Amino acid sequence: MSGPVVQGVLATGLPQPLLVPAQNAGWQRIRDAYERVRDQVQASGADVLLIYSTMWPSVIGHQVQAHPHPEWVHVDENFHDLGSMPYRFTVDTEFAHGIVAAAQARGLMARAVAYDGFPVDTGSVVANTLLNPANTLPICILSSNVYSDRAETIVLGKACRDALEAQGKKAAVVVVSSLSNRLFTDFIDPADDHIHSPKDDEWNRKLLEFLGDGRLEDVAQLSREIHRQVRVHKVVNFKPMWWMSAVMGQHNRYDGQVLAYEAIVGTGACVVSLVPTAHGVGDKEFDEDDVEVYGGDRGVLATAGPSAQAPEAEPAQNAAGIVRTDTAPKPVGAYPHARRVGDLLYLSGVGPRQPGTDAIPGGPIRDADGNPRDYDVAAQTQAVIDNVRVILEAAGSSLDKVVDVTAFLVDMDRDFADYNRVYGETFAPIGATRTTVAVQALPTPIAVEFKVVALP
Amino acid sequence: MSTGRIVAGALAPHPPHLIYAENPPQNEPTAECGWENLRWGYERLRRDLPEHDVIIVLSPHWQTYVGTHFLGVPHFKSKSVDPVFPNLFRYSYELDVDVALARAIHDTAAAEGLVVKMMENPDFRVDYGTLISCHMANPAWDKPIVSISSNRATAWYSVEVMREQSLALGRATRAAVEASGKRAVLLSSNSLSHRHFTTESDVPEDMSREHITHHGQYLWDMKLIQMMKDGRCQELVDVMPEFIEQAVSEADAGSLTWLMSALGFPDYPAEVYAYGTVIGTGNVVAGWFPQEVAP
Repeated sequence: MSGPVVQGVLATGLPQPLLVPAQNAGWQRIRDAYERVRDQVQASGADVLLIYSTMWPSVIGHQVQAHPHPEWVHVDENFHDLGSMPYRFTVDTEFAHGIVAAAQARGLMARAVAYDGFPVDTGSVVANTLLNPANTLPICILSSNVYSDRAETIVLGKACRDALEAQGKKAAVVVVSSLSNRLFTDFIDPADDHIHSPKDDEWNRKLLEFLGDGRLEDVAQLSREIHRQVRVHKVVNFKPMWWMSAVMGQHNRYDGQVLAYEAIVGTGACVVSLVPTAHGVGDKEFDEDDVEVYGGDRGVLATAGPSAQAPEAEPAQNAAGIVRTDTAPKPVGAYPHARRVGDLLYLSGVGPRQPGTDAIPGGPIRDADGNPRDYDVAAQTQAVIDNVRVILEAAGSSLDKVVDVTAFLVDMDRDFADYNRVYGETFAPIGATRTTVAVQALPTPIAVEFKVVALP
Repeated sequence: MSTGRIVAGALAPHPPHLIYAENPPQNEPTAECGWENLRWGYERLRRDLPEHDVIIVLSPHWQTYVGTHFLGVPHFKSKSVDPVFPNLFRYSYELDVDVALARAIHDTAAAEGLVVKMMENPDFRVDYGTLISCHMANPAWDKPIVSISSNRATAWYSVEVMREQSLALGRATRAAVEASGKRAVLLSSNSLSHRHFTTESDVPEDMSREHITHHGQYLWDMKLIQMMKDGRCQELVDVMPEFIEQAVSEADAGSLTWLMSALGFPDYPAEVYAYGTVIGTGNVVAGWFPQEVAP
């Protein structure tokens, strides 16, 4: 299968399989499964091991480990009595910075962290020590933002994919997470360990059945329900499956293998492998909109009032060439203002509505009750041209680079002459090709809309 | 041995920004200013603290999910890097632990029915909440500390369950201090409202960008501060579950409830030294001084 991710692994990050596997037969089976999937990962052809750890929380956006050799003797804050975990890892710093850049291009807050003594989390230490004990593969570790929800997490996954494609690298991705994460609240004899409740166990087995069938995107679609049923509610949603599916391409075509499922102090611990394949069970089934760019709560640092410094504008064009801008009227559907593909820039249909207010220069063609109104098509045409201009400029282009226009009029007989005159005032010297057609209606009460193709 | 007592309790929030702005020699990053109101509040708290033998701190950033844990190693020397704000806080620390008192609280709490454990791994890294609150209360580090973890069982049950456990832990702390013959200062290491910004200014100490995340949080913070000033601390504990839910409060760590319980639910006014926001969260520095030792 083509694509930048050659294998996905979902595995627990609790330290028992690393530190004291002999204390419980199930912990030993997790350890054994880790070692089997370790051999698969090492033979996968991956250039880098990309770890998303639910045990590394962040608040300020998304952090990416970028120290070339993180080194420490780590002790888990809960299970400190099990022993210490010395580590020295090798990080693909170029890839780490690539993820940061790609995340920022998609509207996310992201930063690289490269500090001596930075506390790598237990889950990342456990996973990398067991999967990559000789540091054969360079790694990259991502934090899990405590506030991020579905859109932000999916965009982060896509940014990681962007970075892989931009650098021509193959990755094995590792999600460090429990399934159900309810621990016992009293100390137990390791020999007595079991999943905290039958309900948690049933949900875990349902997830593993899906993953065994290679249905990663279906599990991602279930994330909100999984969170409600078997996860701590303090953290915003069960987000690792969103990230994993996004970075792996958002589909259900994998050879899934559940190598182990056991209890660790009451939680559901597993080791699962997903290898992309041409086959698989079904296709993706989105219950919610897909998302390319994050536009969440940016700008909260700006103070209110007319003298306030405006928040820094988000980049209008992301790594996928998608252009969105606040300077043009808001789209009325799930589409961007424009998208660059190769050497051409394609604009979505542009009407005369005004950015921010949606007012229509020259007036709407009908009133709120649907009764026809008189309107000024010349004013509407000029407003369309103005909107085309700001979208092109947001994308780094300009009106003089337009190569083709398709114009839609709702009343050719009434409006063509005035439309044609105003159009010519701007476009005559540009020499763009043009087609003008009459349509029965447009989505809002406007008389004219342009579809434009330009050079970037 | 004379009877020990709690000579002061303080709400002592731990934003790493305060140490970053203060520029102590232990911290690597340097700032040009910032969050002065809170830092000046800490200065006034330090002036008012009575003579004491030990500082006992409960920190939200030592999160334990199986029971309440206590540092049980007599001396630590290491470096702490904040995993959330590593750009601000990279702090070399060296501190002493009053292991005997820690074990006494541990044993008393166990007798109260709490699940407890001593932390005896010498490689353990002390959490940054403990470090920051203790530094701001005692930058000389010339007193031993007792560090208590935050039991996060509330994550699976409710804030009411957490409250009952925190109340029991407070009673155990008070009893153990009294039996020890020592004079103790207690620190509740938490902010009040706790919804952060998820972005950071290019210059973190740019105070023109600092404000509360949400007006509703500010209202809740002022409501609790007024209770502190009025000596209505039983009522404060009573509203804690609602406050935690509505203000996303870091008091969900149990630390403030623990402090109120250990102090016997003060009906005398708290000294409120400062209120300020840090990256959108609401923070107050306040002190309670039992009558017999009031400054």
